[in-house]
Amino acid sequence: MTDRAVTRDADPRPSPGVPLSARRRGVAGWVDVRGRRLGGVAFILNRITGLGVLFYLYLHLVVLSQLAVGPSAWDSLLKNWFLNPVFLVLDVVLLAGLLIHGLNGIRVALVGLGLVVSRQKALLGAFGTIGAIVLLIGTLMFISHGG
Amino acid sequence: MSETVTFRVQRFKQGDPASHYDTFQESTDPRTTVLDVLTRIRRVEDPTLTLRHSCFHASCGTCGMKVNGREVLACVTNVRELGTDEVVVQPLDNAPLVSDLVVDMGPFYARFNAIDRPLVRESELVPGSHPAEGIPHAERYEDCIECGICLSACPIAATDPEYLGPAALAAADRLREEPRGQQVPPALRLADDPHGAWRCHVAFECSEACPSNVDPAGHIMSLRRSLIGRRWRALRGEPVGAER
Repeated sequence: MTDRAVTRDADPRPSPGVPLSARRRGVAGWVDVRGRRLGGVAFILNRITGLGVLFYLYLHLVVLSQLAVGPSAWDSLLKNWFLNPVFLVLDVVLLAGLLIHGLNGIRVALVGLGLVVSRQKALLGAFGTIGAIVLLIGTLMFISHGG
Repeated sequence: MSETVTFRVQRFKQGDPASHYDTFQESTDPRTTVLDVLTRIRRVEDPTLTLRHSCFHASCGTCGMKVNGREVLACVTNVRELGTDEVVVQPLDNAPLVSDLVVDMGPFYARFNAIDRPLVRESELVPGSHPAEGIPHAERYEDCIECGICLSACPIAATDPEYLGPAALAAADRLREEPRGQQVPPALRLADDPHGAWRCHVAFECSEACPSNVDPAGHIMSLRRSLIGRRWRALRGEPVGAER
C-alpha cells in the first residue's frame, strides 16, 4: 500500500444522505470564542491581529507616500491627524495588535518546533504579562507625547 | 434536593432545512449527569431524541457532545456543577450530522485507523495491580477513547476537511514512541503532510477538551520535533532512522 493510498483511505466521504457541509464550522469555528480556553482565544487573536497588522502595513505605505509630496504635506498630516486623540487611541490599538501577534507568534514558533511544550501555558502567561506591561508603558508615552 | 433545570437540546433530522432547539424542564439532584437527563427525555418525553451512549463511565467515548459550548462526555458531566440554570446541548462540531446529537464518526475513525496504532501499551503497566487468578499480568490500554471531542474542539478542523486531526496525530506519535512491532514510517509519512502535524496552530484546545488526558497537542509537537529531526538527518545525508 502506498502512502497516498493510506491518505485516501483516511479521508472517506460520509455515507450517502449525511450532509457533510452541515457540520464543518468554517471561519466561524475560528472566531467563535464561546467555550474556548486561553489557547483558543490566543489562536483567534493571532488571526485577527494578523489581518489588522497586514491592513496597517498598506495604510502605513500610503501615509509614507506623503513624504514624496514634500515636507509641508508631511508636517500637515502629522499636526492635523496623527496628534489627534482618536489617532492616539488607534496607536494604542496598533501597539496592542503588534504585541499580541508578535509575542504569541514567538510562543507558537517555539512550541510548534517542539520546544517548551509542557510549559506552553506558562509561556502564554509570561508573554501576556510582558505584553501588558509594554502596552501600559507605550500608552503612557503616547499620552505624554499627545498632550 | 431536587432542582429544575432548563435543557435546550439541538434537534435535526435528515431532510430538515436547518437545526432547531427543543426546550425541556428537568428535575435534577446533586448527582444527575447530562446523560441521565438526555436518556430520561428520550425515555419519558420524546422518544425521537437520538443520541449515542453506552458505558456511562467515560470509557466508551460514545457520548461526546457540546454542553454549554464545550465538548464533554455527557456521562460524566454533572448538571449542577455546570452552574447554570439553562443547559444547552449540541452535537460535536466538525463531523457530519446524522440526527439530533448523533454525528457520523466514520471519517474520524477512518483517519484514526489509518495510523494503525496498537491498542495495548507495553509500557506503563498499572503499578501495584493484582490481576485475578489465571490472568498473567494487567494490560494497560492506550488512553484515547476515540470520542472525537478533540476534533470538535480544534479550530483547524473547522476549516480544513483534510486535516488528519488531533487524535490520529497523537496516535501516530504513540506509535513512534512505542511501535510494538508495527511499521512506523507509513504513519510518520502520513503525519508529515501539510494537512498533518504541520497544520496544527498550537491552540491546544484538543488537549484542554480531551476527557482522557491524551494531550493530543503535546503529542503533535513531539511528533513535529521528531519529523524535524528526520528532515535534518536526511538533509545531512544521514540515515533517517525508522522511528525517532
